[in-house]
Amino acid sequence: MDLYAENILDHYRNPRGKGALQQPTVAHEEVNVACGDALTVELKLEKNQVADLAWTGTGCAISQAGMSILNEELRGKSSDEIEALKREDIIVLLGVPISPRRLKCAMLCLHTVKNALRKARGEEPQSWLMTVGLEATD
Amino acid sequence: MALTIPAIRRQFPLLAREDLTYLDTAATAQKPQAVLDAMREFYERSYANPHRGMHILAEEATVAFEDARKSVQRFLNAEHLEEIVFTKNCTEAINLVARSWGSQLKKKDAIAVSLLEHHSNIVPWFQCREQTGAQVAWIEIDDEGHILLDSLDRLLAKGDVKLVAITALSNVLGVRPPLEEIICRAHAAGALVLLDAAQAAGHGPIDVQKLDCDFLAFSGHKIYGPTGIGVLYAKREILEAMPPFLGGGKMIREVREDGFSPADIPLRFEAGTQPVAEAIGLRAAIEWGEQFTWKDRIAHERELLKRATSVLSGIDGVSLLGPRSVDERSSCISFTVEGIHPHDLTDILGRKGICMRAGHHCTQPLHRRLGIIASTRLSVGIYNTLEEIDRVGPAITDARARFA
Ligand SMILES: Cc1ncc(COP(=O)(O)O)c(C=O)c1O
Repeated sequence: MDLYAENILDHYRNPRGKGALQQPTVAHEEVNVACGDALTVELKLEKNQVADLAWTGTGCAISQAGMSILNEELRGKSSDEIEALKREDIIVLLGVPISPRRLKCAMLCLHTVKNALRKARGEEPQSWLMTVGLEATD
Repeated sequence: MALTIPAIRRQFPLLAREDLTYLDTAATAQKPQAVLDAMREFYERSYANPHRGMHILAEEATVAFEDARKSVQRFLNAEHLEEIVFTKNCTEAINLVARSWGSQLKKKDAIAVSLLEHHSNIVPWFQCREQTGAQVAWIEIDDEGHILLDSLDRLLAKGDVKLVAITALSNVLGVRPPLEEIICRAHAAGALVLLDAAQAAGHGPIDVQKLDCDFLAFSGHKIYGPTGIGVLYAKREILEAMPPFLGGGKMIREVREDGFSPADIPLRFEAGTQPVAEAIGLRAAIEWGEQFTWKDRIAHERELLKRATSVLSGIDGVSLLGPRSVDERSSCISFTVEGIHPHDLTDILGRKGICMRAGHHCTQPLHRRLGIIASTRLSVGIYNTLEEIDRVGPAITDARARFA
């Protein structure tokens, strides 16, 4: 299976959920300094659930398609459910093999969403090490 | 006599891999058999800790290590052997200057660096600023990467610049700043000059006496030698006045209960057991290179970069960075492709075995100056062929078609 499968390229060309919310509960940006990928996620939280979200970003196809695909999964999910998402879950969602060198691109969406939730709870953002593991630190 | 590239390629074991097109020599060069053999032979026959012990093996190792220093002296045309200090890499060599020489700077002093610099020639000066309060000032460039000498003059005119730290060859744009002019102006204003020759050392002759630079740093691994060995050249009288960098064995003359006195140069700056096999590998790399003339090597690489320029500029959506004139380029050419992030591009090229680097290439201030976040870099070495360059064109066109 190719990294640039049609589904990935389709999400990259026609990103879903891109835009802004009227009154987000929280907005948070993460960047991949090494290559300049950037994502900003806005969440509307109700009773600890994601009622709505929107995002903006720039960067490589994997980082942007990743956010587009994850965006479709998050509505109605509780913070705990999102907190429980692991890198393996994102790889399954993307449906393509992710080599170590592209791990950070693929995980930027998860890292941004998890840190948005932490921000909403008034906590400090967590490190890449916490979200993904040692391979993703640089 | 022109270079015989097939014969040269056969000397590089890694290049036997037919699945690869290696166009990332600016990151690190592949190694000829002669370098690998020299290191193995040293481990198998003469290995011991140099400058330690009276036995015969220690003596052989010492002679081999000091012979390596001599070949570096010749490579740079340094006047004195003791002007050559071994380090771990170019980065460590620059840090040595920043920590040792730089520790004597005062608040009102300034270090001028150019916007072309690699992070290795920026961050140590920021660290020096933190420790001494000295300022870091930027020398501007134009859109093609030429140093704006006016901007250098303005900084020098203030009279507080103590050091100009500048690359001898940009690892992104492939431009060579006018070193003699810069060194002349800096000296006239009472400033010393440090040259980051990490790229330059692999692509043309260096003559530190003719240049009259005060410091020069490079890494072995970019000139076909091993990793783990680098060089700092510094003028003797400057080095003699510098305090030690790291402390430990070998860098001392005497240790007493109440303190120590440092060894003479260059050992003063070589604390602990040195990368001896790597120094011997570096010597082998230098001697291997000496079988060719610089004239031939430069002509060959120019051909490659000319071809790369015409291949790349023939592709829709490709924008070349750096000087418009091919003749101003050495070593590499960087570019962006409309609609494809460099990471996606190099990932796709990588599946065809084409190894090129994407990202900011450790030059974030330069990329910011150019108004981009990342770029893709094609860099060449002595072993590359025109056919290899030609593979890049269709591969990029393919990638563009997939992303369209
Ligand atoms: C211009 C320049 N300076 C410094 C360095 C640092 O070299 P090293 O990582 O071997 O210390 C590099 C290598 O990437 C370079 O291209």
